[in-house]
Amino acid sequence: METLSLLADGVWLSVQPLNLMLILIGVTLGLFIGAMPGLGSVNGVAILLPITFLVPPSSAIIFLAAIYYGAMYGGAISSITLGIPGASTAVATTFDGRPLALQGRASLALVTAALASFIGGSVANVLFTLFAPVLASVALSFGPPEIFALMLLAFATFVGLGGDDIPKTIFSICFGLVLAAVGFDQISGEPRLVFFDISGFLHGINFLVLAIGVYGIGEMIWTIESTRGEVKSTEAKMSVKGIIADSKEGMRRGWKGTVIGSFLGFFVGILPAAGATPGSLMSYGVAKMLARNPQEFGKGHPSGVSAPESANNSASTGAMLPMLTLGIPGSPTTAILLGGMVIWGLTPGPRLFTDQPEFVWGLIGSFYISNVFALIINIAFIPLFIWMLRMPFTVLAPLIFVLSVVGGYAATRDMHDVWLMLMFGFGAFFLRKFDYPLAPAVLAIVLGPIAEPTLRQSLLLSSGDPTIFITRPIAGPITIIAVILILLPLFKMIRDRMRGPKSRGV
Amino acid sequence: MRLGEIVTAAVLALLSIYLMIKSAELDVGYTYGEGPGGGAWPFWLAAVMLISTGFIALNWYKRTSPPSKSTEPVLDNYGRKTLIFVGAGLIGFIGLINIISMYGAMLVFLVYYLKFLGRHSWFLTLTMAIGMPIGFFFFFEGLMRINMPKGMDFTEPFFNILYDVIY
Repeated sequence: METLSLLADGVWLSVQPLNLMLILIGVTLGLFIGAMPGLGSVNGVAILLPITFLVPPSSAIIFLAAIYYGAMYGGAISSITLGIPGASTAVATTFDGRPLALQGRASLALVTAALASFIGGSVANVLFTLFAPVLASVALSFGPPEIFALMLLAFATFVGLGGDDIPKTIFSICFGLVLAAVGFDQISGEPRLVFFDISGFLHGINFLVLAIGVYGIGEMIWTIESTRGEVKSTEAKMSVKGIIADSKEGMRRGWKGTVIGSFLGFFVGILPAAGATPGSLMSYGVAKMLARNPQEFGKGHPSGVSAPESANNSASTGAMLPMLTLGIPGSPTTAILLGGMVIWGLTPGPRLFTDQPEFVWGLIGSFYISNVFALIINIAFIPLFIWMLRMPFTVLAPLIFVLSVVGGYAATRDMHDVWLMLMFGFGAFFLRKFDYPLAPAVLAIVLGPIAEPTLRQSLLLSSGDPTIFITRPIAGPITIIAVILILLPLFKMIRDRMRGPKSRGV
Repeated sequence: MRLGEIVTAAVLALLSIYLMIKSAELDVGYTYGEGPGGGAWPFWLAAVMLISTGFIALNWYKRTSPPSKSTEPVLDNYGRKTLIFVGAGLIGFIGLINIISMYGAMLVFLVYYLKFLGRHSWFLTLTMAIGMPIGFFFFFEGLMRINMPKGMDFTEPFFNILYDVIY
């Protein structure tokens, strides 16, 4: 009861004229920053942090949280309409959002993304309000073996249920992981995989360079070549009736993804050093794993949009939890927010809830309000995004190429990465011709920087004994499920052989 | 397609071997008390990549993958032209960034694509080719405070005019 009363006070604080205005501006700014390839919530929050010194700390954090929220919604827009992930958190949205847009169903994808984001955000808000301290302690019980087991599960879902050529899928995953290892060895600090002594490799390969190369450049060249320049993505229509019908269809076909993303995203979000990007990718993988027809994923399934979108919103709220309760940021954006709080004279940690209840509950209240406004603003802008798809393809294609190059540069501010992105684009075009799945490589380059250190730390903990991943109570079941999934194609092959040639359609 | 698939697999196998050799510049074994060496993770991943290419070649030999059964060429005449014209445009775009700035290169690329590849009117071409770089300039330099490459010194007067608007 006390919690509800505190929450009511928080909501009341966040609807005060100044705070409400900041929420509106923050969500709208975030929406556009998130939609711009190469820029994400971290850029928006970092750049606008100094502006917040003009208002009280509680209003400042509300403004920054609104940007964070808006960016989570906005990332899906360019993933769906242009096929370029607007933000790292929306990489997985491209897998099914873009195919839906190419089928002339961009409105279904956009409405599903908006609703799933809203539901994900709402579920996370309720979990945050009710269980903040308990969940923070559960998250802390996840050590390196548990986190590595989760990463293994994410990769396994792509191998076991991809429906693609298994050796090519494994190649793609390993290639993404190797690319993630370029730069410096995180433990010894020695340069690693610095090809031809080019200094640009020393800072590693940002996953956006690969993602934009694959989905921006490679995908566009492939689309132009395979459709002979006659792309039929211009049939997208938009009407109020259409939005209602798409909402119904999106929820009917995407509810499972939404539920998975809402809960899994929140939990991955609260894990230190994880955040919304791994949360959305893992939710996509698990939604695929639990789907009745996993082979439909990657071809335009609403659950393939709802799972990552609900997850990234849910995870963005989840990432606030360890920041506020323990003072540990769960993502790069929350790390900047934490810095802001310290500058404002607030000390994040267990005492924050008792020492500064107005600040904490005002922020939590603003999550609820931001979520509602983000949904309304997002749906209001959908006709504009659909209009973009009606452009002739010879106008849309150069626009996407320009956005890709600008986004590739903005991500790291290094021309080396822009050239690398172009190389990845050409490489992706040829690999796609030979049916190499590329989504697993993008997944791997995102999860690689988490997977490698957790594996090494785990092996160090166990003195090199790999059974640590099976004997621990939480890591064990996750690892076993992952191994079963990896072996699933082998079981299927043996079963088909035992059934005889008829089952193979010979 | 059939020949293309095995050539691609061979190239990827060579890439995997190169990555293994490159990873082995650091320790690829396990040191007691220190854990796996710095090169172990990429080395063993590259080894799995190499094994995967072996299976890809096996599938090619058994003609089980769709490209291994296809008799179509990897790129027909249209595909080659697309790749050359679009690819050359992109290489030119990126190559020009350090000479005439990100915004100048964007303008040239948009004129090339919209007018010469897309065959659009000069009105649409120039509206987009001039409007977009200016819009991007104010978004990145003004709002986001992200400096894009400005190219060589001769572009400075143009940018001074635009910076006067921001500040």
